[in-house]
Amino acid sequence: MKEAELVIIGGGPAGLCAAVSAAKSGARVCIVERNKALGGQLVKQTHMFFGSEKQYASTRGIDITGILLGELDKYKENIEILTETTVVGMYEDGAITVLHREDNYYKIKPKAVVVATGAFEKALAFPNNDLPGIYGAGAVQTLMNVHGVKPGNRVLMVGAGNIGLIVSYQLLQAGVEVAAILDAAPKIGGYLVHASKIRRMGVPILTSHTVKEAIGENYLEKAVVCQVDEKFQPVEGTEKEFDVDVMCISVGLTPLNELLAMRGCQMKYVPQLSGFVPLRNENYETTIENIFAAGDTTGVEEASSAMVEGYLAGLCAAAKIGCRPDNFGERKNDYVKQLNDLRSGPVGRHILAGIEQIVI
Amino acid sequence: MRIEKHPILDFRRGKKIAFTFNGEKEEGYEGDTIAAALHAAGVKVLGRSLFLHRPRGFYCAIGNCSSCLMTVNGVANVKTCVTELEEGMVVETQEGKGVIV
Repeated sequence: MKEAELVIIGGGPAGLCAAVSAAKSGARVCIVERNKALGGQLVKQTHMFFGSEKQYASTRGIDITGILLGELDKYKENIEILTETTVVGMYEDGAITVLHREDNYYKIKPKAVVVATGAFEKALAFPNNDLPGIYGAGAVQTLMNVHGVKPGNRVLMVGAGNIGLIVSYQLLQAGVEVAAILDAAPKIGGYLVHASKIRRMGVPILTSHTVKEAIGENYLEKAVVCQVDEKFQPVEGTEKEFDVDVMCISVGLTPLNELLAMRGCQMKYVPQLSGFVPLRNENYETTIENIFAAGDTTGVEEASSAMVEGYLAGLCAAAKIGCRPDNFGERKNDYVKQLNDLRSGPVGRHILAGIEQIVI
Repeated sequence: MRIEKHPILDFRRGKKIAFTFNGEKEEGYEGDTIAAALHAAGVKVLGRSLFLHRPRGFYCAIGNCSSCLMTVNGVANVKTCVTELEEGMVVETQEGKGVIV
């Protein structure tokens, strides 16, 4: 059994910021990350961020990892990093079990935990949606931007939200043809600045369209798309075929928080937050004392808000176990203000309507 | 299928790594995951589904979905999308659930 003060599960934007924030308050922090490297999904995000300067706007995601690791380094005497280590269980006595690589299985007993396990990509139901060549848009982003491998020659992008638009642009940057971008909604969901850029490069964006079926024997060879009416039902006679070897599914993410559910934290299905999320108080503490959560695991949003939530949850978790800095109130107010600013637009109002349902 | 020129990223590939896929010799680079090296070599079908034996490729590429499970060095159910390639690895498509050794 390994003793620890504060365990942070997940070394993505929320987890790293939680670690920096708690260590800054004087807590001894242990980050548990299943991958070999920290950074979570920032490592594949070659685009520049929005938000304000405090959330590294105008900086590329890939460079934000470096900035956060620099911050982490300032408090390195307070931070232990366990990579290639997956949390596999959280128990009533407070112990968590972890697996390092394939065979080193042990327990950690922390005073508090911040769960920052992020989210995962949703799939879309249509005939043959399981053919190889049909990938999550984020998966294609990883393949291209982390591993330097093209997904194929010609891509159909399903979903015109920010991820769909950004990944389409990144496919073009990697020299891959994008046949079209579809979205079942009548309007483009992502920022128009991204959409215009892609349209200027000659990629059609077909709104009110969905995938009717995928065709191929061993892998994707063709996609049939069709128009949908205002009730999202297929309109007969509007079918179009695309000769594509890759289809990217970009229909949103859903929170990844099985650990919280298995531990018994009270969960609620909130559509605005894209799935089941834990109930929490304003300090990001769940219904189980000393278990905190931050970032996409508490509701799918953006990396910028995940970082601020991480700072806030890290600050509050550290305070809860006896590391309450003199400027606690000042720091907390600053993070709360940053979150409010990030959520001031129309998308933010939607998120806030979701958060209202889970804050207790 | 490797990206050679990119406006933002500079892919410095490590040394070449030899491995086998279903007995055939393949090559990847140090730092590749098994699935990335196979994809670069044109291999899309990584396995077959349990009951209907439908072809399976990777889906999430970050170790969440289990669509990329293969047998590696005799060990079944390896998540090839997050497992790094090593010299001499024996990578095989998996039939069925695999056996715990």
